[in-house]
Amino acid sequence: MATTSLSVNGRTVSVTIEDPDTPLLYILRNELGLHGPRFGCGLGQCGACTVHIDGTAVRSCVTPLSTVSGHIVTLEGLGTGTQPHPLQTAFIEEQAVQCGYCINGMIMQSADLLARNPKPSEQEVKSELASNLCRCGTHLRIVRAVMRAAAGS
Amino acid sequence: MNKMIDRRTLLKASGALIVAFSLPLDHIAAKMDAGAKTVSADRVDGFLAIAPDGQVTAYSGKVDLGTGVRTALTQIVAEELDVPINRVTIIEGDTALTPDQGTTSGSFSIQNGGMQLRRAAATARQALLRRAAARLECDISTLSIRDGVVTAASGSHLPIGDLADGSTLALDIEKAAPEKAPVEYTIVGKSVRRLDISDKVNASFTFMQDFKLPDMLHGRVVRPAGFGAKLVSYDESSIAGIPGIVKVVRINNFLGIVAKSEWSAIKAAQQLKVTWSTWQGLPEQSKIWEHVRSTPIVRDDVTSRIGGSRGALDAAPRKLEATYDFAIHTHGSIGPSCAVASFADGNLTCWTASQATHDLRKQLAAMLTVGGEKVRCIYVEGAGCYGRNGHEDAAADAALLARAVGKPVRVQWMRADEHGWDPKGPPTLLDMRAGIDPAGNVVAWESELFVPDGAAGLVPLTGADLAGLDSLGKLSPGGVLNDLAIPYAIPNVTTTAHRLQSTPLRPAWIRSPGRLQNTFANESFLDEIAAAIGTDPLDIRLQHLNDARGKELLERLARRSKWRERPKPDRNADVVTGRGLAYVKYELVRTYVGVVAEVEVNRKTGALAVKRFYVAHDCGQVINPNGLRNQIEGCIVQTMSRTLKEEVTFDRSMVTSLDWASYPILSFAEIPDIVIDLIDRVEEAPWGAGEATCAVVPSAIGGAVFEATGVRLHSVPFTPAKVLAALRAA
Repeated sequence: MATTSLSVNGRTVSVTIEDPDTPLLYILRNELGLHGPRFGCGLGQCGACTVHIDGTAVRSCVTPLSTVSGHIVTLEGLGTGTQPHPLQTAFIEEQAVQCGYCINGMIMQSADLLARNPKPSEQEVKSELASNLCRCGTHLRIVRAVMRAAAGS
Repeated sequence: MNKMIDRRTLLKASGALIVAFSLPLDHIAAKMDAGAKTVSADRVDGFLAIAPDGQVTAYSGKVDLGTGVRTALTQIVAEELDVPINRVTIIEGDTALTPDQGTTSGSFSIQNGGMQLRRAAATARQALLRRAAARLECDISTLSIRDGVVTAASGSHLPIGDLADGSTLALDIEKAAPEKAPVEYTIVGKSVRRLDISDKVNASFTFMQDFKLPDMLHGRVVRPAGFGAKLVSYDESSIAGIPGIVKVVRINNFLGIVAKSEWSAIKAAQQLKVTWSTWQGLPEQSKIWEHVRSTPIVRDDVTSRIGGSRGALDAAPRKLEATYDFAIHTHGSIGPSCAVASFADGNLTCWTASQATHDLRKQLAAMLTVGGEKVRCIYVEGAGCYGRNGHEDAAADAALLARAVGKPVRVQWMRADEHGWDPKGPPTLLDMRAGIDPAGNVVAWESELFVPDGAAGLVPLTGADLAGLDSLGKLSPGGVLNDLAIPYAIPNVTTTAHRLQSTPLRPAWIRSPGRLQNTFANESFLDEIAAAIGTDPLDIRLQHLNDARGKELLERLARRSKWRERPKPDRNADVVTGRGLAYVKYELVRTYVGVVAEVEVNRKTGALAVKRFYVAHDCGQVINPNGLRNQIEGCIVQTMSRTLKEEVTFDRSMVTSLDWASYPILSFAEIPDIVIDLIDRVEEAPWGAGEATCAVVPSAIGGAVFEATGVRLHSVPFTPAKVLAALRAA
């Protein structure tokens, strides 16, 4: 048993866990009730579990808690229903969702991109999302949504 | 969207599990009188309830699998009842509350499910008007409903909540109840924003994978090293160091672990030392088509016969033959299958993303040898579902584990469980023959399809099979005979399906099952005939169609894609662009789709780059144009992925493509432009649109490759290696 302090979505929280190898994903989902990040593969291949640590998109399913330092932001912390992030607004405007399971990763990865490069080309968006998988085939709308968010920023 | 509700009231009323807690799912906010509610599909109150405050609840056996159909069904109900869309809530796939409308599959949710809801709402509307007429003492013809309020010519009005008591909707659905004239529609036909998207992008949506119960434990399964391997032994001491293990559950060859934390369950499932017997019952993958050809045939199904194709073929001076094959595919949902099961007083409640909760209920009851009334399955939307994937199996796993530990258990499959153990789209082989007379007319067409026996029945539950329990399952590849018959007028036709006794991997339906494979062969082979007789692919279709609606669609496609003006490819260039065209009238009775694909072929590497798809689409009345476009785009992209890349690999024991590296799917860099021409026929019946466009994707790409290179591709996936081999063989 160990108690660790984490900075999540601007708040300091303490979690008690038995295994420091536990990937961050399970802490966020099961201990902190944050469902933005999702389990897709557990292998860092699909991107559904993406969160930000100090502003950088990381795959929380392969990030052991013991290696985490810095400020964690999940989709819940990126924006809310009343104060959405421009990407969240743009995804709604473009109706850029089919099932929506991958969308957490699409938004979190794109938010990282827009913070570094506020006016990316379509090509740059596609290459940023190269390791984010969507099975429903929503890609065209996702790219349009990211471009819309960028245009509005 | 998500309200907290007191589950004690709900579950007590339903006679199922009784626990007290709040649950963020307003679809279960459902009805407090669940136990009393009829689930008859013949009754208005099977589908609809109107509360005193005017809120409408619709009960749908068809569920939203990530397609947005919940929004479209809501539009249909709101339109027909004349209430604002935000007054309608849909409850989906709860065996205690919703009628059994069959599996949510085959592009039938709007075409069948939506029309049942429309008729129920039309009947309800008449009942409300009758009540209002009596109450207001006026003639029914002087009444109208708008925004949930009945208004008389005199100006007096009554909100529908005042008119609906317990008996108002206790009626049989009238097939002849007058439906609203489409010209009056204000909600149907509009691109209403999807009801779920805001919550999904704000992380407030509850997917099946997010669903929790108090005291819930986490389960993981440990599957055999080979499909038929037996469990010899396992060593619990190998996981002794992992905290919070509740139980290792073994039932014959079924093995699972229940733990307090999800990570402990995962780690234990990975670390548990297990000895399985050696099993090598799969065929060699490199000889899969020989295997398919040598599998015993249990029956031949002739799906169409016109004239005498054998004699016509024999007499024809020119004959063409080709064989097409289509690889084994996995569903590949981004979120692996998941379920939560809980027993109380001998009753099982299972929360599941199953596309067929009523069927699952029967299967779980059989597996547990309890009566159907002891099992309730409640749909919770999961990650995108494209057919019968692993959700039902995860439900069986969760039920077996929950029964073993006496507490609620959540099971989510790991990626390897999903890729390895979900039911697969079976390997499909087609032999095609045609005869051409001296004048260049197509006089005979024959096809022979090799597919597993069975239909869209109950797929065996894997957990039950491993545990040696009966789950009513049998070989069920889906309705794979559809679209083997052709839409074209040829004087002598025989299309035959050889139904195989078995197939290497447990089969089930994946989006456009059979229709996709059969249309690939039919449309590609028609192009081969066109090339042989020197006819353009568009012209041969127009010449052989006796269907005005289909011809109109093709002409519109040709205009939009500038088909007739397309440039002639330079077949000597290293990178050359070709165009291919394909057409389907889905199952020969419904949705029409035509597509043109523009494909760049790299002759040096064999790589294909699909640059653009033009789509002409006619599914009759369109309920939500934006939602429909979203579905069509999804059909194109997902089927491109299947066509260009996907193939399940296996050794003699087990699937070996167990992750996204070994089973790659299409990525952002490979997505084409998609130009869609929606033909909205508002006066016609609405048909399905979740699948039809899939069917024409492989042959359109293949046709484009042929135009670019003169080489026909006969084997899906069209990998660079296969393309190169075909180019070299030419």
